Amino acid sequence: MTRLAGFLRDRSILVLALLLAALVGVIAVIRPGTVTPDWLANTLLFAAPLGLLAGGETLLLLTGGIDLSIAAVATGAAYLLSSNTAAIGTPAALLLGLALGALIGLLNGVGVAVFRVQPLVMTLGTGLMTEGAMVVYSQKIIGEEQRIPAAIVTLGSGKLAGVVPVDLFLWLPVAALLLLGLRRTGLGRLLYAVGDNQAACRLAGIRVWRVLLAAYLACGLLAALAGIVLVGITNAADLSLANVYLLPAIAAAIIGGTSIFGGRGGYGGTIVGALFLTVLDSLLTLLDAPEPIKQILYGSIILLLAATYTRLTD
Amino acid sequence: MADAATLLEVRDIARRFGSVVALRAATLTVRAGEVHALMGANGAGKSTLVKMLTGVIRPDAGSIQIRGTPRQFRSPAEARGAGLVSVYQDPALVPDLTIAQNLRLARAAPEVVRRWLAQFGFAALDFATVVRTLPLPTLRLIDLARALAAEPDILLLDEITAALPADLAQHVFAVARQWRAQGRSVIFISHRLAEISALCDRATVLRDGVTVGVVDPAQGGEERIVALMLGAPPEQPAAAGIAAAAAPAGPPALRVEGLRSGEKLRDVSFSLAAGEVLGVAALEGQGQEELFDCLAGLRRPDGGSILADGMAQRFRHPADAIRAGMVLVPADRVQALLPQRSVQENIALPLVRRLADWGALPIRAERARVADAVRRLNIDTRAAAEVRRLSGGNQQKVVIARWLAAGFRTLLCFDPTRGIDIGTKRQIYALVRELAAAGAAVLLFTSELPEIALACDRVVVLFGGRVVQELPAAQADEATLLRAAHGLASREGMAA
Repeated sequence: MTRLAGFLRDRSILVLALLLAALVGVIAVIRPGTVTPDWLANTLLFAAPLGLLAGGETLLLLTGGIDLSIAAVATGAAYLLSSNTAAIGTPAALLLGLALGALIGLLNGVGVAVFRVQPLVMTLGTGLMTEGAMVVYSQKIIGEEQRIPAAIVTLGSGKLAGVVPVDLFLWLPVAALLLLGLRRTGLGRLLYAVGDNQAACRLAGIRVWRVLLAAYLACGLLAALAGIVLVGITNAADLSLANVYLLPAIAAAIIGGTSIFGGRGGYGGTIVGALFLTVLDSLLTLLDAPEPIKQILYGSIILLLAATYTRLTD
Repeated sequence: MADAATLLEVRDIARRFGSVVALRAATLTVRAGEVHALMGANGAGKSTLVKMLTGVIRPDAGSIQIRGTPRQFRSPAEARGAGLVSVYQDPALVPDLTIAQNLRLARAAPEVVRRWLAQFGFAALDFATVVRTLPLPTLRLIDLARALAAEPDILLLDEITAALPADLAQHVFAVARQWRAQGRSVIFISHRLAEISALCDRATVLRDGVTVGVVDPAQGGEERIVALMLGAPPEQPAAAGIAAAAAPAGPPALRVEGLRSGEKLRDVSFSLAAGEVLGVAALEGQGQEELFDCLAGLRRPDGGSILADGMAQRFRHPADAIRAGMVLVPADRVQALLPQRSVQENIALPLVRRLADWGALPIRAERARVADAVRRLNIDTRAAAEVRRLSGGNQQKVVIARWLAAGFRTLLCFDPTRGIDIGTKRQIYALVRELAAAGAAVLLFTSELPEIALACDRVVVLFGGRVVQELPAAQADEATLLRAAHGLASREGMAA
């Protein structure tokens, strides 16, 4: 048993990838003809925003933190983009969306890093604030034109040569940046270090607040980016756009092997986790189960995986 | 071996954790009315053996007999029922509960515990005090009193004296002797050979999970114990000759004038030259922790000055102290390490401390620096993937290696050998001497007074937050230091 646990622990990504392949196999068996290049392309397309959100979440989990405001930030960024494009043009509206991500990220960072507020409490608070602010804002601008720039629609739903999802061209570079950044840069090293032992970091001369601030800022920006991709997929910005993504984003990181206690994990596992959850969702949709049943199954499978993983590794 | 007087007999007990064999074939025979030492280098399997005797973990093989009856313990409660109670290496108290609540949790009778604590000089201790606010030595004595309240036939003491100043350690010895006089037994684990030879009747020595010998520690047995532990002929004590040799010269690397902070640190002045090792001797709580914290930038002084190479310093963060070349090796290794990260990352940690280091890591240069530090310190890197899997001595070496890789001018060592085996201890002192010889200044606090003469050039003794005496190491024998540390003027010191 201990040997098996050791094996699984060292190869958790591999195990999850096998589970992912098994899931695809199940779909191919129960609905022959479903698994086509087109289905694959769609899966990747839908996995991209989840992968971006889970990327930010991974950075924070590594530091021992968490961000519950990402869904509100993603929604807010998408909403700002669609309601301002007509007035100020696409580039400025995009920047406005990203600025919201940076602002909330910084706010979270200052709260957690400087004022030592619990990350859970801080980001729950800023998430609610963002949500509320967006409702107020939507009532103010009622009747104004909502427009999603064509470029964003292409980014979110276009496929190059009819096969390769365009949003991959955003997700892949971001993924490469996160993977390399975590492994090969000083900041990446520090995210793990801070999550493992803040007191030790301080003793080694590291100003921990800077590292945390950078992590929360990056997470806010990634959330805004995810919101922009998401609104390109749905082609309509409403005020609950990204709500369903909050828990899957955290779950993708955890089943991908990132410890919620900090100091261990990485983005590679999170990518597989995001793909796994996207395929699981598509399997449950294929089963034609009623929505509540779907939710129960989805929740229990995530719980089972996360619990198994935690047991095996600690 | 087993006779009527044998209380506990452990035969060929074994246990592995994954691929790591903690115990291979350990044997231990404890007679009634005996204080029995259990010795071994870090990682020899002492703590694993203790945990098996008290039912915390179960053996893979071998047998445990109490008074000739085979026993298997599935929980500490079962072991307690059979008369085996342990005081573990670390305090086993819930920090956020009061003493009374902790005792209730452990089903210990408060009045019995209070009686023992009174005997240790803590009659006035308020049981409504939250445990977190108490100093470590007090916690250890509460642990001990709680264990004694269970009236065990066999009392296991796992390095309880490591965190106790000399005066409080005396109470532990008194209890052990009392237990022996009553025909009960004590299994005593300590890295301090002097304690072992003064207190224990026999010593069982473990090496690499195997019992390698049973020694009478009194009759010149110390060197034999060391030989058995190391598995090689004992080296001469590392520093005996070296310490007296180098006469410090040059400008002071560190000068402290009238430093005070909080209630404990009142007025401390000294100077420390490059190439010199200055010892700090003190009983528990005489301001030494505050002194080191101020020097390392962990705490702000209320007054006085710190001069590094003649420049006045005002540290707001350890980063400031590190920039001034002053680095800390704390007593608690756990405080300084990233337990889940590799040896490489732990050693390289200060190398990424500045904003300018946030970019691409110079992997190759870093690896070379780390490898160099690992080699100089002779760190066992078999379990290098996660520092928490290293033995205590190797963990402490990693902390020191970190500063070798990062570079420093003044090394602040706060009780760096607490709970470390004798072999590693000697290596660390030899390294301290070597660093000083290479031009570093070292400030060294140790709770083990005999070590002062071994590693230092000079020593300052703190009492009540003030320097009460300064001596060359040659005159710093244990008796003199103890007198001074208790605030008694030493005749020998005055004459010097």
